[in-house]
Amino acid sequence: MDITLQVNGLPRTVDVDPRMSLLDLLRERLGLIGSKKGCDHGQCGACTVLVDGRRANSCLALAVAMDGSEITTVEGLANGDELHPLQAAFIEHDAFQCGYCTPGQLCSAAGMLGEPGPSAVTPDVLVDPDLTPEEIRERMSGNLCRCGAYVNIVSAIAEVAR
Amino acid sequence: MNRVEGRVKVTGLATYAAEYPVEGVAHAYPVQSLIAKGRVARVDASQALDMPGVLGVLSVEDPPQLAPDADGELALFQSRDVAYRGQLIAAAVADTYENARAAADAVRVEYEPADHDVGLRADHPGLYRPEVVNPNYPADTEHGDVEAGLAEAATTVDVTYTTPVLHNNPMEPHAAVALWDAEGRLLVYNSTQGASPDRDTIAGTLGLPPSRVRVVARHVGGGFGCKGSTRPHAVLAALASRAVGRPVKVVLTRQQMFDVTGYRTPTIQRLRLGADAEGRLTALEHVAYEQSSTLVEFAEQTATPARTMYAAPALRTAHRLVRLDVATPSWMRAPGECPGMYALESALDELACAAGIDPVELRVRNEPETEPESGLPFSSRNLVACLREGARRFGWDRRDPEPGVRREGEWLVGTGVAASTYPARRRPSQAVATVRNGDFLIQVAAADIGTGARTVLTRIAAETLGVAPDRVHVELGDSDLPDAPVAGGSMGTASWGSAVVRACEELMKNGKEGRADTTDEVATDAELARHAFGAQFAEVRVSAVTGEVRVPRLLGVFAAGRILDAGLARSQFIGGMTMGLGMALMEETLTDEEFGGFLRRDLAQYHVPACADVADVEAVWLEEEDDALNPMGNKGIGEIGIVGTAAAIGNAVHHATGRRIRDLPITPAKILAPSP
Repeated sequence: MDITLQVNGLPRTVDVDPRMSLLDLLRERLGLIGSKKGCDHGQCGACTVLVDGRRANSCLALAVAMDGSEITTVEGLANGDELHPLQAAFIEHDAFQCGYCTPGQLCSAAGMLGEPGPSAVTPDVLVDPDLTPEEIRERMSGNLCRCGAYVNIVSAIAEVAR
Repeated sequence: MNRVEGRVKVTGLATYAAEYPVEGVAHAYPVQSLIAKGRVARVDASQALDMPGVLGVLSVEDPPQLAPDADGELALFQSRDVAYRGQLIAAAVADTYENARAAADAVRVEYEPADHDVGLRADHPGLYRPEVVNPNYPADTEHGDVEAGLAEAATTVDVTYTTPVLHNNPMEPHAAVALWDAEGRLLVYNSTQGASPDRDTIAGTLGLPPSRVRVVARHVGGGFGCKGSTRPHAVLAALASRAVGRPVKVVLTRQQMFDVTGYRTPTIQRLRLGADAEGRLTALEHVAYEQSSTLVEFAEQTATPARTMYAAPALRTAHRLVRLDVATPSWMRAPGECPGMYALESALDELACAAGIDPVELRVRNEPETEPESGLPFSSRNLVACLREGARRFGWDRRDPEPGVRREGEWLVGTGVAASTYPARRRPSQAVATVRNGDFLIQVAAADIGTGARTVLTRIAAETLGVAPDRVHVELGDSDLPDAPVAGGSMGTASWGSAVVRACEELMKNGKEGRADTTDEVATDAELARHAFGAQFAEVRVSAVTGEVRVPRLLGVFAAGRILDAGLARSQFIGGMTMGLGMALMEETLTDEEFGGFLRRDLAQYHVPACADVADVEAVWLEEEDDALNPMGNKGIGEIGIVGTAAAIGNAVHHATGRRIRDLPITPAKILAPSP
């Protein structure tokens, strides 16, 4: 069936199999390979994209349910040749090794920076917390990195959050 | 310098195996055995073949042609015998992933099941001594009289440690896209740690000369060993493509990765140590019990670090293996050293406690002059310096050795130490250096699985040529490039780098091109004990209420020859230590005794460390000059980071709680269980 959605600012109309996930639509049909499939079960975060500005696991979303949505993938983070500050910080802080979780980390961090409100580690839930390393670690724990670059991921995000 | 491929990785443009745009690509989805042992009586594909988009079903009903001597794990659909639950027994091929998966579900398999045996135990009647353990060490060694050494000891320890099945779980699932051209040449985009050896194995499995196969792996989403040997998905892609006459893509699911891409064998390890009143070892015995499959013998070298670490007049190491109805174990980061040093360094901590000697000091007192088992001189060994430097940085001198006495609210606090080690080897490699447009092109079939190989080879070439790194361009990840060994055994940089240096040296002589093959050079390396060493320190907080273990601090101090790139090295070390934290506290695959195969086959149940689990992990290193290694003077650093971490954390848990947990992982349930 036909759906129309905005992907990185461009309208796309696609005929999709109703069993197809948003992730497979991006990777297999639209050639946007930046969003990664690590588990296909919403357990690793490698497929994280922004759906209408909020981070979401694209492997858990059916493509047909995305009709009318605005999707931002890692390919849409940079402004032309100018990297998103998170992308530049990830390079400077060596916040990745194999790079396979990186697009999801970046989209997740981009979404996270815009999310107000407390987390499980916020001392006073009535006060919007500063993004301390502890807050960043908590809020980024939906994105696994098997290379173990967390220390550098947190320092990269902290620099941008400042 | 930053990673050469940093920009393509953060913009989503780096191309991993499943991501090459290939016109008309079809998809194959495997069917896996539901029994652990027995025979496939019949595969009924009639329903699947009638489904939309289906191009074919492969199974033992029409065995594809393979080389008769193909590896048992790669000989797909050749035999009706089932060796383990989860083994690939058929596959459906269709125009889309969705159609292939639905068709695979519709393939009906009838089995003739037999009784299976999947449980490793130290009294298993099938245990035997393998001829050698990986890669080619004697299974057993013995010097001196262990029983006499134990009898004369002032303090003894006799303990058994167990480690579970562990899975590498790189973030990128194993994937392959296979294409045959009109001349019958096969191209495989594969997630592999070594394009050259992968080409050789795929060609050998299919019965083709290596010149008819090309493997491309420009970016690999982690491996940690499980992409170090050819896995069945790549063979399946090639066979399916040959069968349907179209390019075929195979991407394993996370669950399938648990079944068919290898794992770290579970181990049962008995350590018997004896020491005199000053803490000097009188005897050291390390016996490891491990499993392999009925298909292939894989004998992990778990007890081998005991042959290197400490001076003991009586030293015995032994490995016993049992062949079970399980998948074949394979390489996982520091195979042998990682589980072996967990047990050895934990037992040494027990000895220190029993003898009333500081665990840093105990290790210093047992520093050997030469390698204990071989008697060979060390090319360099700075374990003591690592221990001393780590103790200084960590504040070890303020440590009260008494276990279970520091409490802050619900939290029990403790610290622990362990040594680490990993061999420093190299293998023959080829490389070519040429001048192109005034810059320098380096070609070598190396693999960058996240280690930073592209970047470090760029630096090595630039330094040899005496030019800025931005004038050097490295091509790797393609078997059509000069032959290179696997990214494994912490040998990548040492092996490929040696060839790159020699190629650059020759280029400087003739000004045009250098071609290197280090086979002869490596063959004449002097016989020496070459190892990297390190010391790991951990601080833990253990909740007396929930049993949760937190790790606020991990410090690793390493001596690994010359560090070629500080940024990459630090990332490798702390990455290994982070994986070691997972091994200590959370990672465990369960074996299903009733039905065979594994349980917890996903990332919601097999827990790897998440961001919130990892606080302050720091790695530093000592300057170490060693001119007996290779032209760069480096020792491999990809694996030593994971060696010793779990022991340091376990020892810290004991220091915090007074509980000695000898079975990994150290879960809240074990912390809170009543003392035996």
